[in-house]
Amino acid sequence: MPDDSTIRRAPRPAPTVPDLDPVVHQRVRLGILSALAAGGTTSFTDLKTVLDLTDGNLSVHARKLEDAGFVAVSKTFADRMPLTEFSLTEAGRQALAAYLDAMEAVIAAARA
Amino acid sequence: MRSDRPARPPRQPAVAPDAAAASSLRYIRETMARTATFTAVPGWGGVAMGVTAVAAAALAHRQPTASGWLTVWTAEALIGLTLGAWTMTTKARRGGAPLLSGQGRKFLLGIAPALAVGVAVTLAVYAYEIGPLGEATAHGGEPGSMASRRLLPGLWLMLYGAGVASAGMFSIRLVPMMGSLFLLTGALALLSPAAWGDAWMALGFGGLHLVFGVLIARRYGG
Repeated sequence: MPDDSTIRRAPRPAPTVPDLDPVVHQRVRLGILSALAAGGTTSFTDLKTVLDLTDGNLSVHARKLEDAGFVAVSKTFADRMPLTEFSLTEAGRQALAAYLDAMEAVIAAARA
Repeated sequence: MRSDRPARPPRQPAVAPDAAAASSLRYIRETMARTATFTAVPGWGGVAMGVTAVAAAALAHRQPTASGWLTVWTAEALIGLTLGAWTMTTKARRGGAPLLSGQGRKFLLGIAPALAVGVAVTLAVYAYEIGPLGEATAHGGEPGSMASRRLLPGLWLMLYGAGVASAGMFSIRLVPMMGSLFLLTGALALLSPAAWGDAWMALGFGGLHLVFGVLIARRYGG
């Protein structure tokens, strides 16, 4: 019979990361989706202020979300000034919900 | 060949997956909260408004004429509005919250109609009682029984409460709570004798602003 001191428990398996949508699994893009989910249609300027981003950074990531069909962009004029507004599409809402489910599953697996 | 160097530990990920997931969820929650609610309500600005309101109540109570009384409260309203606007702008800038668009715009549009009604009612009462064509004064109205002192404190408190409660729908939970208490204070003021008007004003615009101002400042960063 082995000595108690020699018995070692098998290490607890580390929680695995599920396959995440690379378009959503990026901090800035996740912030854009979260902000639009909570605030509805939001202007470029407001989104930039809330997320503390530069014009270029927001443009690049918004374009990726638009290409993926997660965000709809409307360009109009208000008082002769160009006004760009973003809103979340149904696909974007589902992608964010799936990402939240995946994150919760990782945490639940770690606590099990 | 044995090496003296300790065995290199197996490579670990920089952050455990569950910690990264928790961090992501926290980031999502914070971003949503920042976007969905107007958090630039000025706590210390509210405290300052409370202090000036208490001073104004003491000063207004000593005024022998309705005209003097109304002048004190009009000046206090302008001071309070300036203090509120200034501290709100400062807090919005500091916290990166949009003031004239998004939730900030909804907040301002929520409070504006009630304030506009307050101005209109005050002007109407002024014209009726005090102005050049003041009917009540012309007919020998007693200052103590005049509409201004009898009705305005309750109306002002209720209108401000209605505006704050309405705007508070887009803000932190304490704001609509404060609005509801203003409505209650105003209702009690309307049911009280005219002589108690300044005390209700001190309790509402002074006390409620002071208490909620401190709470907001402590919980929501200034």
